[in-house]
Amino acid sequence: MSSSAIYILDIKGKVLISRNYRGDMDLGVIEKFMPLLLEKEEEGLLTPILQTANCTFAYIKTNNLFIVSTTKKNANIALVFVFLHKIVHVMTEYFKELEEESIRDNFVVIYELLDELIDFGYPQTTDSKILQEYITQEGHKLEIQPRIPVAVTNAVSWRSEGIKYRKNEVFLDVIESVNLLANSNGNVLRSEIVGAIKMRVYLSGMPELRLGLNDKVLFESTGRGKSKSVELEDTKFHQCVRLSRFEIDRTISFIPPDGEFELMSYRLNTHVKPLIWIESVIERHAHSRVEYMIKAKSQFKRRSTANNVEIIIPVPQDADSPKFKTTIGSVKYAPEQNAITWSIKSFPGGKEYLMRAHFGLPSVECEDTEGKPPIQVKFEIPYFTTSGIQVRYLKIIEKSGYQALPWVRYITQNGDYQLRTN
Amino acid sequence: MTDSKYFTTTKKGEIFELKSELNNDKKEKKKEAVKKVIASMTVGKDVSALFPDVVNCMQTDNLELKKLVYLYLMNYAKSQPDMAIMAVNTFVKDCEDPNPLIRALAVRTMGCIRVDKITEYLCEPLRKCLKDEDPYVRKTAAVCVAKLYDISSGLVEDQGFLEQLKELLSDSNPMVVANAVAALSEINESSPTGQPLVELSTSTINKLLTALNECTEWGQVFILDSLSNYTPRDEREAQSICERITPRLAHANAAVVLSAVKVLIKMMEILAGDVEFCNTLSKKLAPPLVTLLSSEPEVQYVALRNINLIVQKKPDILKHEMKVFFVKYNDPIYVKLEKLDIMIRLASQANIAQVLSELKEYATEVDVDFVRKAVRAIGRCAIKVEPSAERCVSTLLDLIQTKVNYVVQEAIVVIKDIFRKYPNKYESIISTLCENLDTLDEPEARASMVWIIGEYAERIDNADELLDSFLEGFADENAQVQLQLLTAVVKLFLKRPQHTQGLVQHVLSLATQDSDNPDLRDRGFIYWRLLSTDPAAAKEVVLADKPLISEETDLLEPTLLDELICHISSLASVYHKPPTAFVEGRSAGIRKTLPARQGSADEIGQEATVIPNQESIVGDLLSMDLGATAPAAPLGGPAATSNIDLLGGGLDVLLGGGSSDISTAGGAAPSTTGLLGDIFGISSSPSMYTPPKTCWLPAEKGKGMEIHGTFSRKNGQMSMDMTFTNKAMQAMSGFAVQFNKNSFGVSPSGPITMTPLQPGQSLEYSLPLNTTGPVQRMDPLTTLQVAIKNNVDVFYFACQMPIQILFTEDGTLDKRVFLTTWRDIPSANEVQYTINDLNGNTDTVSNKMVMNNIFTIAKRNVEGQDMLYQSLKLTNNIWVLLELKLTPGVTTATLSLKSRSVEVAPYVFQAFEAVLKNC
Repeated sequence: MSSSAIYILDIKGKVLISRNYRGDMDLGVIEKFMPLLLEKEEEGLLTPILQTANCTFAYIKTNNLFIVSTTKKNANIALVFVFLHKIVHVMTEYFKELEEESIRDNFVVIYELLDELIDFGYPQTTDSKILQEYITQEGHKLEIQPRIPVAVTNAVSWRSEGIKYRKNEVFLDVIESVNLLANSNGNVLRSEIVGAIKMRVYLSGMPELRLGLNDKVLFESTGRGKSKSVELEDTKFHQCVRLSRFEIDRTISFIPPDGEFELMSYRLNTHVKPLIWIESVIERHAHSRVEYMIKAKSQFKRRSTANNVEIIIPVPQDADSPKFKTTIGSVKYAPEQNAITWSIKSFPGGKEYLMRAHFGLPSVECEDTEGKPPIQVKFEIPYFTTSGIQVRYLKIIEKSGYQALPWVRYITQNGDYQLRTN
Repeated sequence: MTDSKYFTTTKKGEIFELKSELNNDKKEKKKEAVKKVIASMTVGKDVSALFPDVVNCMQTDNLELKKLVYLYLMNYAKSQPDMAIMAVNTFVKDCEDPNPLIRALAVRTMGCIRVDKITEYLCEPLRKCLKDEDPYVRKTAAVCVAKLYDISSGLVEDQGFLEQLKELLSDSNPMVVANAVAALSEINESSPTGQPLVELSTSTINKLLTALNECTEWGQVFILDSLSNYTPRDEREAQSICERITPRLAHANAAVVLSAVKVLIKMMEILAGDVEFCNTLSKKLAPPLVTLLSSEPEVQYVALRNINLIVQKKPDILKHEMKVFFVKYNDPIYVKLEKLDIMIRLASQANIAQVLSELKEYATEVDVDFVRKAVRAIGRCAIKVEPSAERCVSTLLDLIQTKVNYVVQEAIVVIKDIFRKYPNKYESIISTLCENLDTLDEPEARASMVWIIGEYAERIDNADELLDSFLEGFADENAQVQLQLLTAVVKLFLKRPQHTQGLVQHVLSLATQDSDNPDLRDRGFIYWRLLSTDPAAAKEVVLADKPLISEETDLLEPTLLDELICHISSLASVYHKPPTAFVEGRSAGIRKTLPARQGSADEIGQEATVIPNQESIVGDLLSMDLGATAPAAPLGGPAATSNIDLLGGGLDVLLGGGSSDISTAGGAAPSTTGLLGDIFGISSSPSMYTPPKTCWLPAEKGKGMEIHGTFSRKNGQMSMDMTFTNKAMQAMSGFAVQFNKNSFGVSPSGPITMTPLQPGQSLEYSLPLNTTGPVQRMDPLTTLQVAIKNNVDVFYFACQMPIQILFTEDGTLDKRVFLTTWRDIPSANEVQYTINDLNGNTDTVSNKMVMNNIFTIAKRNVEGQDMLYQSLKLTNNIWVLLELKLTPGVTTATLSLKSRSVEVAPYVFQAFEAVLKNC
């Protein structure tokens, strides 16, 4: 169904560690991987799936490593890719960084993990917190043999029993990322909000949580249609949330994992004004100079302030002798990225700032045609959500009856925020 | 002596050193040594020589050490099968260890050691572990059954593991259920017979749906994937499955979402009748599909390839989501190209302006492959969205002005297609194109340009000069360009014979004398002979109207599309190829198709008991009520197996069509007088296959009158051809004929006018027929009950009409209509048939069929298989669509039939066979 074998390769294609799950292929097939990859790259036909006469490679790349899965069958390829990313996630939790060195240093644990994560090509337990309970890095103490945590096969496979905290607390972060695509005429082609509710849970026992949002569908069904609410276009939940319950009455109820995790994400299309709008005038005088006039406008309420705003403006790669003039913040030229970054520490709502930049261009033009990368903007606006989503309550019930404190924070930040230039 | 000895000695030394460490008494030392061995193994050194020493370390209560030894065993057991036996005892013992972790580890590892001798010992421990009290062990054992099946399927069946696995589907633990279902699906897929070994029952499905809510994300995928192979009994069950699966669309794991989408789309096929339900479901599918585009790029890629299928199957789901497929600057190239493809599929008149402005933007990017594809996309939009053609052309002209070489070339290639689609509309831009002649260096662009010049030679003043300039380097041109040049010059000559004679002679001699390319030579000779023998004919051939092109050319075959939909989220859906195309042998699995629409089986059963007395309904066509007339006895052949709702559309068309046909068929049929003359007059022209005469009425039953007969159709006129023989002692006269009501309303066009038949005499008589008579469904469908009277008595007999006589001459369909009709007819109404001993290729088949009013709509070659699309129409306006799939050199072929009235299928197949074998 899915993987015949999993390999971790270094950037040159040398196998660092591998595990054969099905024995239906010689492990040596991996020799073909790198040449094939290079060949496809050359032809401009590179895809994350490479096919040879009798096997298929599916791979992802991370930190100069290739994580490769092979298969001979008509595997569920969506599952393979999600799983490969999961491997990286689990190993990163274990070793902080997944890289060549950490693999060599921990090969025994990695073998153990590869044995537990997947069996005969079928992914099994992939929750790193649960895994850490019975696969540890220090090696096992001699006398006490590890036992399988009940959670491995429990319906609640993400939380172990018997967790204890002196102070029971929950932190909720509502983080909204704004994706924007505008064309060079200043028309917004796409604007959407991808929100995420992240939690840090420090609760004892097996608590039952219920989260209340100002969800439009819920409000309308309970006759509160007039209150301020948001229409979530698509929601995705962590596996701890009871999906059928949500489907029936929009209740978000769950037993959370311990510690940090993403409870849910949602997506909605908006027609609100772009929070930070950039107007650019770029005058290019071939063979002599190029001039930029960049106007940044904050189009949110005056009460709010955007922090750490960075406006990244691409410049030609052969530009030289930069000169900048700005009313606020600082501008830096990063030749390695062929861009200038205009940083503004604090950008209150309803303001407008200006920046001018001037570059020299060589009289001999470089031969490669350059693309037109878009202007990108990074920002963070605390205590503010574009969608207006609100956490109405977070109920915590545990049979021991303790009181727990929920803390909620809101933040809006940039997602994929691109403005095309002329 | 070379230096290599140092390497060998070091190596030997190292192995030796490890050996002594492995045999050390101290546990810690041993463990260190095993780690070193594994480390060497990891870097690819061969440490198999240490096999006995490592196996000796197996009996330990240190779990970490045990795991390492097991790992070693898995790697080297195959190379040392005899020594691997040494490990069996420990395995068996470990399978009974008090610690479930060790029991599971042992059974998991044993299953991975693919050595026959070990496998024998695996059975007992596996049997125990499948019943273990700990779910962790049971779930591991479940997967182990699949491992064992892979090594020795016989053993699994003989030892009753399949039954045990089936029992695990009812396990109390959701993870055990999930792994059991995964193992069963795998076993089913590799079943040697092609039939699933274990069928899922309704009660099992319910258990799976319950486990779905509780198991891990991966387990959910296993369950959903196996659900996608299940066909529910009826619409109610399908609907309840949908309702219980829909919440999965909100799962954070993209694989869960895609697998849920797969099941839902499949179920929608069954629920096609419930429009409202399907619409609601379709609306729920769009947002999760869009959200998949926010996942990791590799997952996005898989999602996009699948969305590509989904928009072809169900264009409505994403029709409002065009914008999410706009390309972002930092998308990986493989994501960009897929997005572009979907943008074209979603392009419509409503959004074309936006699409074009995006495509124009992309065409100015730097990535050459992407830019080319963007330019091509503009061309495809022009062909797909007719009202936008003009905008597309002007966008292309703008792009040509940029003078970027590859943009210009690509633009010219697509403009050629636009000219093909909209002849005589945009020729004003030819002059602009000609300006760029010199910059074209790619064969496809040059060939396209040459084609344009040839096609519009009469409008391009200097066409002869332009073509002449190409001829200078004729020998160096690509074959594609040479062929186009040859044709273009001939076209030019036919259009403007003055002053171009030299040119045409030049090109003909280049093609026929100086070229080694047989295609080119052959084409040259054909033109030469055509031109020299009959210039008028040459004109007709070379300047003939070309078939229009349409956007359908890049749609997938409908049958392939349906198969791929069943494989959503798998590799097949990414390759857009059926699994058989890339998976070897039996593991390719069973060919999947979308389920048939559910007919209600009990209704059919009931109806079968109330066959009405046919006499009671004689004569009253209009008051016929469907319930009463449908004899609904099972039809022979494939139609009976596919549970079609006989009372639904099918019969409706049969009856309704027949009765409303009076006017149409009457109009089509020529007047009855002088028909005989017509028939004889055209006897020389190729005609429909007429079966040989058979005996309808033997002399002993006909009181001396014997009738042999058959049916034929010539020039749109059906007739019943009979040979009357008088075997009695006296002359016979006063002939008259009457038909009983029949399925197609066939009746005689006039009375029999036959001279008296003398004793011992035989007479041929052709009775012209029409289809304006009363209709009543017969069983078999083609039965015709005939009464013939003479001066002696009235005689009754029944005969079978070959169905092809009911195929009308106007049974051809437009390509586009064919495709949409094919798609619209639910797959329940599809029947397949295998033709054996087929000789000949698509052309011969096509020629035979057209004589029998089965018309070829299109031909294609897909992965070495020839596909022939055909249509026919019955006299009562039932359309039948056919797809014939044949592989050159193979004598079996598959014929798929789709029709709203699929009851006709067996008869059409009969006709097909008859024509193939006898023409």
